[in-house]
Amino acid sequence: MTEPVLETRNITRRFGALMASDSISIELWPGEIHAVIGPNGAGKSTLIEQICGGLKPDAGQVRLLGRDVTRQSTAARARAGLGRTFQISALAMEDTVLQNAILGALGASGRPWGIWRPVLKDRGLRARAEEALHRVGLEDLTAKHCADLSHGQRRQLEVAVALTLRPKAFIMDEPMAGLGAEGSKRLTGFLDGLREEAPILLVEHDMDAVFALADRISVLVYGRIIATGTVDEIRANAEVREAYLGEGA
Amino acid sequence: MIPERHVNAALLVGLVAVPMWALAADEPYTITLATRAVILALAAVGLNIALGIGGLVSLGHAAFFGIGGYAMGILAFHAQTFTPLDFGAFSVAGTKSMPVIWLAALVLSALAALVIGLLSLRTSGVYFIMITLAFGQMFYYFTISWSTYGGEDGMSIYVRNSFPGLDTLVPVQFFGICLILLCLVLFLNARLVRSRFGLALNAARQVSVRVETVGLDPTRLKLLAFVISGAVTGLAGALFADLNRFVSPAMFSWQFSGEIMVLVILGGVGRIFGPVVGAVVFVTLEHVLGGLTDFWHIYLGVILLLIVLFAQGGIIGLLCGRRVHHD
Ligand SMILES: Nc1ncnc2c1ncn2[C@@H]1O[C@H](COP(=O)(O)OP(=O)(O)O)[C@@H](O)[C@H]1O
Ligand SMILES: [Mg+2]
Repeated sequence: MTEPVLETRNITRRFGALMASDSISIELWPGEIHAVIGPNGAGKSTLIEQICGGLKPDAGQVRLLGRDVTRQSTAARARAGLGRTFQISALAMEDTVLQNAILGALGASGRPWGIWRPVLKDRGLRARAEEALHRVGLEDLTAKHCADLSHGQRRQLEVAVALTLRPKAFIMDEPMAGLGAEGSKRLTGFLDGLREEAPILLVEHDMDAVFALADRISVLVYGRIIATGTVDEIRANAEVREAYLGEGA
Repeated sequence: MIPERHVNAALLVGLVAVPMWALAADEPYTITLATRAVILALAAVGLNIALGIGGLVSLGHAAFFGIGGYAMGILAFHAQTFTPLDFGAFSVAGTKSMPVIWLAALVLSALAALVIGLLSLRTSGVYFIMITLAFGQMFYYFTISWSTYGGEDGMSIYVRNSFPGLDTLVPVQFFGICLILLCLVLFLNARLVRSRFGLALNAARQVSVRVETVGLDPTRLKLLAFVISGAVTGLAGALFADLNRFVSPAMFSWQFSGEIMVLVILGGVGRIFGPVVGAVVFVTLEHVLGGLTDFWHIYLGVILLLIVLFAQGGIIGLLCGRRVHHD
């Protein structure tokens, strides 16, 4: 392949005087996990919003599979192959785990207009949803209401819904947040295998996870990418150590 | 807590039993009251599809109720005066046939809901409430000045419209027609809630951004909900006009939009039988309290306030518990 699966070209976004994205160019190639790290308020979530369509950049391009999607809606980008998980879970809290996963399968099917046949009895959708739930280890909780899930289980469900889409690229915003050591380890193991299915753009605070998983790391500080490289390169980078890893490295 | 389906079943039994008793006891007015409750319930079931599942707070549903009413009024007016309904290029004859009138009411109110929905779904929150309200008022003022069909006095239809094989002038037969239509719509509503569309719409109300993230367009889902919702309320309008044999701009008033919203909230937003409970309680209170005092709306207001403050699931919520239990 001569083009990355996902690419931003010089995307720039201001909030008033604040430069939240300062000409960010980032690439995601097949088979890789590309981690984006940076201190709180660096602009990581803002970057993800622009990639996924929730925010329009002031300038620059977002390209998916070689096509410019900068002007496309969130839904159109999802149909084109973006599978996203949220930093703060965005799930239908009144619905069950299975219903949330089926919503993903329904979106992937592109046919939400049936008003007669019961959706929970649709074999195809159900199989796809249950497979995803099984992969994240939620198969025993399918009938539970989302509101009754623990924080960690909601994070797992976020990932499961993204899996039902069978996306061309995963975009994950702090999937480890609040998982605890055990949960982080399990999810780390899972994401490790997932990169073969589709590359992952991973925003993450958990440095153990990042160093264990990332093929490449980009460091974002005050809206600017100050370095991109392998784990070793980033660890050795003086500017990064000063700006971000300072106390830890 | 009582299982919701027991409450629903009891309600249906009551809706059949009371008119049967009234028939035996020769109390035709009670049958008329029951018919009124059933028709208001149908109008509110329509609103509940937009409000309860789609989360669309429409204060303009009187528009669809009125369109259904005027569809009946206009077709029956041309039938009783033996004049064609002239559209310039072509003309159609009026009709006294209920099924034809219902079809016209459904199609016209669905079309109106499509146009109103397309324009108002660009907004949300308070703006959505205001813009739907404004559309309702537009129809209201239009019919007031529409002198061909009675202007602000409205118009009377002298004989109730007909249904093949039935004598619609017999109160209990007309009641039966209305009840069967209500049951049919409730059944369709129950199917809809469990369908693909129902699942997606339900999620669109809760977390719009999630629905977009799986590749669906929440606005289009809500638009279809609004169209179905408007069509059902329009059908109720045609029946209401037939019950009273009279249509007037009051069917388009914002007070009516508010009234059916009260029915939904009273019974339980988003519960399939919520609007039915609301309508039965409302008509009963209106009758009982209305006989005691002219200010019965104040008491209704107090009851409503208590419900909103202490029982957000409405009466069904009180009886059956919330749909979801948070820990
Ligand atoms: N909608 C917004 N309006 C104004 N400022 C915003 C908005 N969203 C984010 N910001 C600001 O942009 C900066 C980057 O935020 P964010 O992308 O959430 O950072 P991160 O995810 O790296 O912690 C922060 O200073 C934040 O306050
Ligand atoms: Mg963030």
